[in-house]
Formats: sequence, C-alpha cells, structure tokens
Amino acid sequence: MGELRLMKGNEALAEAAIRAGCDAYFGYPITPQSEVLEYLSREASNRTGMIVLQAESEVASINMIYGAAGAGKRAMTSSSSPGISLMQEGISYIAAAELPCLIVNVNRGGPGLGTIQPSQGDYFQATKGGGHGDYKLIVLAPSSVQEMADFVRLGFDLADKYRNPVMILADGAIGQMMEKVELFEQQPKGGTIPKPWATTGKTKDRERNIITSLHIDPREMEKINLRLQAKYKEIQEKEVRYETFKVEDAEYILTAFGLGARICKKVVELGREKGYKIGLIRPITLFPFPSKIFKEISTKVKGILDVEMNAGQMVEDVRLSVEGKTKVEFYGRMGGIIPTPEEILDYFEKIFLKGE
Amino acid sequence: MDESIVRTEEQEFLEEDICVAENLVYKKPKTLTDIDLHYCPGCGHGVVHRLLMEVVEEMDIQDKVIGVAPVGCAVFAYNYMDIDMQEAAHGRATAVATGIIRVLPDKLVFTYQGDGDLAAIGTAETLHTCNRGENILIVFINNAVYGMTSGQMAPTTLPGMVTTTSPFGRDVKTMGYPLKMTDLVAQLPGTYYVTRQAVNNASNVRKTKKAIQKSFQYLQQKKGTCFIEVVSNCPSNWKMTPVEANKFVEEKLIPFYPLGDLKVPKEELK
Repeated sequence: MGELRLMKGNEALAEAAIRAGCDAYFGYPITPQSEVLEYLSREASNRTGMIVLQAESEVASINMIYGAAGAGKRAMTSSSSPGISLMQEGISYIAAAELPCLIVNVNRGGPGLGTIQPSQGDYFQATKGGGHGDYKLIVLAPSSVQEMADFVRLGFDLADKYRNPVMILADGAIGQMMEKVELFEQQPKGGTIPKPWATTGKTKDRERNIITSLHIDPREMEKINLRLQAKYKEIQEKEVRYETFKVEDAEYILTAFGLGARICKKVVELGREKGYKIGLIRPITLFPFPSKIFKEISTKVKGILDVEMNAGQMVEDVRLSVEGKTKVEFYGRMGGIIPTPEEILDYFEKIFLKGE
Repeated sequence: MDESIVRTEEQEFLEEDICVAENLVYKKPKTLTDIDLHYCPGCGHGVVHRLLMEVVEEMDIQDKVIGVAPVGCAVFAYNYMDIDMQEAAHGRATAVATGIIRVLPDKLVFTYQGDGDLAAIGTAETLHTCNRGENILIVFINNAVYGMTSGQMAPTTLPGMVTTTSPFGRDVKTMGYPLKMTDLVAQLPGTYYVTRQAVNNASNVRKTKKAIQKSFQYLQQKKGTCFIEVVSNCPSNWKMTPVEANKFVEEKLIPFYPLGDLKVPKEELK
C-alpha cells in the first residue's frame, strides 16, 4: 500500500507531478488552482530538482512547455478556464508539433471572467480542439482527489506513448476538496520512453532535430494531418476509459463526468431506494469518448439522463453515440452552481416517470 | 549575342587558377545546410544566418547550440542552420527558449526574431525573459517593417516612413512612436550584454560577428541574457534596390537607432 495522505485535490495533483518524474512545471496563478504552483514552489526542487517557474502569463507558460517538451523533458502546466483560453494557440502548436506534455484545467464558471466556483463549461474546448486546426487532446476527467493524483502519472505516460498533449479536466470542487489519497511511489524523472526526436544539440552521429508545425506545401500539410488523424483513431481504439455503476439491470442510465458523476452516484442510490432501476456511466476519458458502451446500452434501456455543470456539452457526444436508439435528456446547472442529488432525482422522475 | 558575357581564355584560366583552397578567404561554413535561402536579394537575414553559423563552426559548439526560430521572414531559419531548432509561435520565441534552457542549462540557446515578433506581439515575453536574466542569446533583426506579410508598419517603423499600413507616412500622433526595445532591455538587471549592430557594410558585418562570438562566450560562462539588435534592411518592401536599401540603413535607420554597445559587462569596462 502506498503512502496515505489527506490532501486537497490541487495538492494531490502537485504531489503526483513530483512523483511522476515531471522535469518542469511552468504556471501562472489563477483561482481555483493556485495551490498547484504554490505546492510545487515549496516542495519540488528540493526533492527531485524539478524546475518550477512562475511565468509572466499563461501565454508564456504554455510556450515554455513547448520549449521544455521539445527538449525531451516531462513538462506540465495548470490553470483554470480563462487561463486555458489564453493557452489555446500554444496548445494547437504543441499538438501539431506532437510534443508530449500535461495541461491541467481546474474548470471554473464562465463565460468571460465568470466566477471562481466549479463548472464543467470547458468540455467543448477540451474535447473538440479548443485552438485552431484539426487536433485532439487526450482528456482525462477525475472525479476524486485520488484520481487527481493517479491521472497525472497516467497522463504523462499517455502523452509520451502517443507524443500528444494530455489534458486533465477537473473542476474547482475537485481541486479544492480534501480527501484521503494513496500516493504512488516516486518514479524516475523524465519517464522511460526514449525521445530521439528532441532538440538536445545536434551531435555528429545524427541529423538535426527540428520541432515545427509549419508545412507550407499543402500536400505535405495534408500528409501530416492524415498522420495525426490516424494517431487519434488509434487512441480512440485503445485508450477509452469509463466506469459503470449498477448498469446490469438498469432501465434508465444517468451519465456524468468528474464531479457530476459523484453526485449522480448518490442519485442512483436514492433512486434505487425508491425502486427505480437506475445505473450510471461515467466517462473517464472525454477524448477518446466511450461511444461504444453508450451504443451498446442504448437498445437495452428506456432513456439516458445526462447531467453536467454546463448548458449541455457532453450530451452531444452521448446523442451521437446512441444514434437515436434511445431518448437522451439533459439536466444542467451553470455559473458555478453544483446540482444536488435531490434536484437531479426530481428531474429524472419528472422527465422519465411522470412524462412531463 | 551580348559581348560583355563572353569570357576570354585568359579570364577562364585566371578563375581556375585563383579558385584553389589556399586562396579562399571565405567559404561556406559546414553548419549551413545546402538548402537555397528563400530571402530576397540584398536582405540582411542571409548575412546574419551565416555569421551565426560561422561562429558555431569556429567555436565548435554545434552539439551545444539550440536555436529558436520566429514567425516572420526568418520562420524557415531552421532550414538553413544545421543545428537542432524549434519553431516558436509568433512572439513566443523567448518563452520557448526559457523552456529549453531551464531543462537543458548547459546548452547554448538563442532566439532569432524580427521586429514584429520581438517588439510587438512578443513584447511581454521579451521583457520578462530579459528581466529573469535567462541565459540565452536574443538576436533581434530590426528592418523597421513587417517583411513576410509584405510591408506593413512595424513597432520600429520610423516617424514619417511609408508602409502599406501607414501609406501617408507613420503619424506618431495616431500610430505611436517607434519602440526602442534594445534601449529598454538594457535597463533590466537580467541582461548582461546589450548591443546594436548592423550588416549594411563589411565593417559592420565584422562587428556583428564579434558581438555574436562574445555572446556565446558569455552564455558558456552563464552570465545571463545577451541581446543583439541588428539594424537590417528590406529592399523588397521598402521598394528599393539592395544598394539603395543599404544607403537608407546608413542615412535614416542608423541615425535613429545608433550602433554600439548599450550595456557592456563590468569586467570589460576596466
């Protein structure tokens, strides 16, 4: 058993970054995730020699990640919604240049400056690209402090494996809440996958390494795009992760990710106490989206209720997955409001049982 | 047939005779690739590329140097320099260089940026990189115009200078004043060596090379940020011949951006 600690989500994530062998963190303060930068500033360099630098902006942070990842190191940043918006140009460049790195978004309510309360309003931004051009991030959605820690290591490993940026899409509540967390052992710095493509100084025994996303010849640019799309397809085939809860006999399915899924577990329990056969599907990878399980279950159930802390974003992927085979309803709260299990159950009863 | 291009036997004999190894004063450094430069005739970029790569070859630091290319005319710098390079987003070269030098502190990292990249969209990154004293060399090519996008006003465009976006001349009352970034960064405690050079004649080319040599030596000693502005030209977008453009550099640009060291290491002052 690993070391047990009681930690905030943001701190567990920062501790996991040190233990996952992260070489460099570049970040900028923004609520509700500033603890990541604070924790790493305090803990990291003494323990592993990890570089921690407070940049002048999120724009600078993400480009520092570009440089450090391009130099072959494990690099990460974290921010919250407005800061992640600022990073989008850099994220597009990183995806295009195929640089492995980890980007954490502790989502707060928007749009605009919005609120500092938890939200899931950045689902589209995280899963549909966010910046310009055709690219995908691998997106992991933790729903506990434990997963805030575990997904850092998983995220770095997936990033290195596919040479692709990985995003952890959390929210303000997961970042701020305290829970018991079992920490994994210290991993070697920099991971174990060799990076012969990195810019480390051209030695006589190899050609020069160039990190770029510029391909002025459209035929070449299309080839690069086709290669990227093939990679995303492979990721969709191999890296889908989700959790199911009491779906075996379920007549109705709730679906939610991150914090929403924790709340919906309670809804399943409350509903079952009342005799409703409800189950839960929790997508863990938002890209690749677990379409298959939704498609499979769509012919066996009477309906799906998608619950999100936004105006209805993941619900579009659920509807695409079930291809009209079952009714998909949506319940959401916005602006930093967290729905209660009771209000979700009320809505479920209203929409599916009372036929309103 | 134009008689002027007909070579006499004597001329051909002389060329063969002269072009032997011991007579060569200049040859292409091995650190430049064989790819043809895309720059316009008379452009200063080719000269500065060559100077950088000459220094890399002479100091035998090819395996230590990592370059960062900008967005602008020099976006393809990595095609010509036979070293490891990264291509940064517009204005972000010094942030990218920060990321590299922080994780590879024993390497020699330089950025190569134009005036739009460094002094407009990348102003914040430039100032903060210099202020942190990152151990990198920043090469700043100032030709007072946006070259790649074909001749718009740059932050360094002179007052009254005509560009495609200041067609009646730069009116400083509405378009702002030329930004002297090199003067600004010289004030910051993080910069170690700040100089302004040019490549409009042979003498200035040699001085620019000297500045590059010194900078890489300072980087080897981990002294902090070195900053070289090179006052350059843009014959195509200035609508001038190369000769006219270099005359414009001499008569207009250099008086406004005077050449010389703005910040010299204390040790050398003695």
